[in-house]
Amino acid sequence: MTIAIPSALKVETRTKVSSISLFVAFAVLALGLAAPFLVSRGAVQDLFFILTMLVLAQSWNLLAGYAGLISVGQQVFVGFGAYAMFGAVILLGVDPLLAILIAGLLSVLLAIPTAFFTFRLYGPYFAIGTWVVAEVVRLLFAQWKALGGGTGTSLPREAVRDMVGVSLLRDLFGMKPAQASDAITYWLALMLAAATIGFIYRLLRSKQGLGLAAVRDNEQAARAVGVDARRMKALVYLATAFLTGLAGALIYAQKARISPDAAFSVTDWTAYVIFIVVIGGIGTVEGPILGVILFFLLQNFMADYGSWYLLMLGLAGILVMLFAPRGLWGAFSDRTGIQLFPVRRTLIGGPSIHQGGSSHG
Amino acid sequence: MSLIDTIVQGVLLGGLYALFAAGLSLVFGIMRLVNLAHGDLIVLAAFLLLVLVSTLGLNPFLAALLVAPVMFALGYALQEVLFNRTLGKDVLPPLLVTFGLSIVIQNGLLEGFSADSRRISTGALETASMAAGPVTIGLMPLLALLSAVAVIVGLNLLIYRTALGRAFRATSDDAVTAGLMGIHPRKIFAMATGLAMVVVTIAALYLGTRANFDPTAGPARLIYAFEAVIIGGLGSLWGTLAGGIILGVAQTLGAAINPEWQILSGHLAFLAVLLVKPRGLFPRAVD
Repeated sequence: MTIAIPSALKVETRTKVSSISLFVAFAVLALGLAAPFLVSRGAVQDLFFILTMLVLAQSWNLLAGYAGLISVGQQVFVGFGAYAMFGAVILLGVDPLLAILIAGLLSVLLAIPTAFFTFRLYGPYFAIGTWVVAEVVRLLFAQWKALGGGTGTSLPREAVRDMVGVSLLRDLFGMKPAQASDAITYWLALMLAAATIGFIYRLLRSKQGLGLAAVRDNEQAARAVGVDARRMKALVYLATAFLTGLAGALIYAQKARISPDAAFSVTDWTAYVIFIVVIGGIGTVEGPILGVILFFLLQNFMADYGSWYLLMLGLAGILVMLFAPRGLWGAFSDRTGIQLFPVRRTLIGGPSIHQGGSSHG
Repeated sequence: MSLIDTIVQGVLLGGLYALFAAGLSLVFGIMRLVNLAHGDLIVLAAFLLLVLVSTLGLNPFLAALLVAPVMFALGYALQEVLFNRTLGKDVLPPLLVTFGLSIVIQNGLLEGFSADSRRISTGALETASMAAGPVTIGLMPLLALLSAVAVIVGLNLLIYRTALGRAFRATSDDAVTAGLMGIHPRKIFAMATGLAMVVVTIAALYLGTRANFDPTAGPARLIYAFEAVIIGGLGSLWGTLAGGIILGVAQTLGAAINPEWQILSGHLAFLAVLLVKPRGLFPRAVD
């Protein structure tokens, strides 16, 4: 942040803890990069699942927790991204890795017309409007016979086997093709998760982020001081479409099998994500990280209980929303004052008055 | 002629959608709350009806009379215990709490009744129909449409002619001032949600007797209800009926072209209305 302020004063968002957490974050990232050499293939797949859910959760959190756009239709970008990737590989013969990038860009293109419709709806109606759009796109893809119609299709085996980097990993480390492609999708997920968190954290500490927080806290007041609320929201919507589309394409590159009902599933790609964010702490960068870890542990412990598990998750979501609206991380942070990714601006060197740059961090 | 027949069937289907939507419209009109569990509550009521009909051998209409007060109590309690705590300036809490409730109801029903498709039998009524010129009209779909009209007439009478309706309108306009006049907004909201659940029971009766349903059928009903409300315009119950009918006709016309297009053409009609008239065809509420 650079704001012209008398020289003795400084505006900071950094704290002691956050400097340590930045260091820890890089250490975790380095360890994460080495994971395919350290742990079993099953564990790599688990980590892949956690990381891709984390990307979806961070994106939804940016959308709902910071831009105030509560969408119940983000599965549209997961499904569309996945289908765009499959289409590029099967119909055009593009390499899966390039196809993932194409899928992200196409998701942004899809977001433009969908925003055109859904931005006409306010608050709760926006939520259901996004859901309708997701249903429309799902039904359209179910009609596309070249990609398997309603029953879906698989990625050709050779496309995954000949994916960029697979042969390199085989030659260097003697990995089997399946193991190598798992490692590649895992590294991509790790990079995508790190880039997503980095992007969101940077955005929130920037001038635009301050504008976003102002719009969330009081849209009219923010507009009165010159924040273009509509433009900010539209940009966030497009950015999350890109991230969600990339994540969707990546998830299905690893699964290698797609069907409209699974790729556009409201439970898998939106309900879970909402509970991760709400239970972890909406409107914080740390919340979704905590949420996704809890979610993974819960899912492993309760996998045998089927729908009881979802029922419990729904109840937990309701209880957290009623009694700790800022989630577990929010409650922890309020009590201890610890923030790993602080975005609150603190005035340093001034008279010690309680500062509140943005209403919450 | 088949086109006339298609449209008539669409209008009849629209009656069912209007029934789905009336409860949603009522609750939104009074407390600006959008209940994402609305569809699941319809399915829950349908399962309650199914239990009474299949275990006690009751007539479905009689069963609805018994289920209605239960659903009223459930709605009243949900509003008192859950929804009232979430009302406020922020739109996030009510949405997330009702979304959580939706997941809870769906999975509770899955545990209780398995994922099998069910249907409530109405015996001879199921296939009863009458010829009206070139078209044949099924008795149950006709009853659904007539019930929708009756529900909307009844709700309008209640809202504009009774003391409770006056309290509804006053609370909707300004809950704080209404509170000063001796009205308890929270109780009024609870009454409204209870009433919406009575309408939900009627919707469930026709949902369950018309076609198969299963525990995951709720979200689609919510979407139809929502589309009917938006097409008709917020705050107008007659608009909601018109919205339901437009949706129903769009669906049957789409299905006549290609059976796979039924749901899709309904959604497209909704998007078309949103494009041309973002506030619906007969808007009444200002926000």
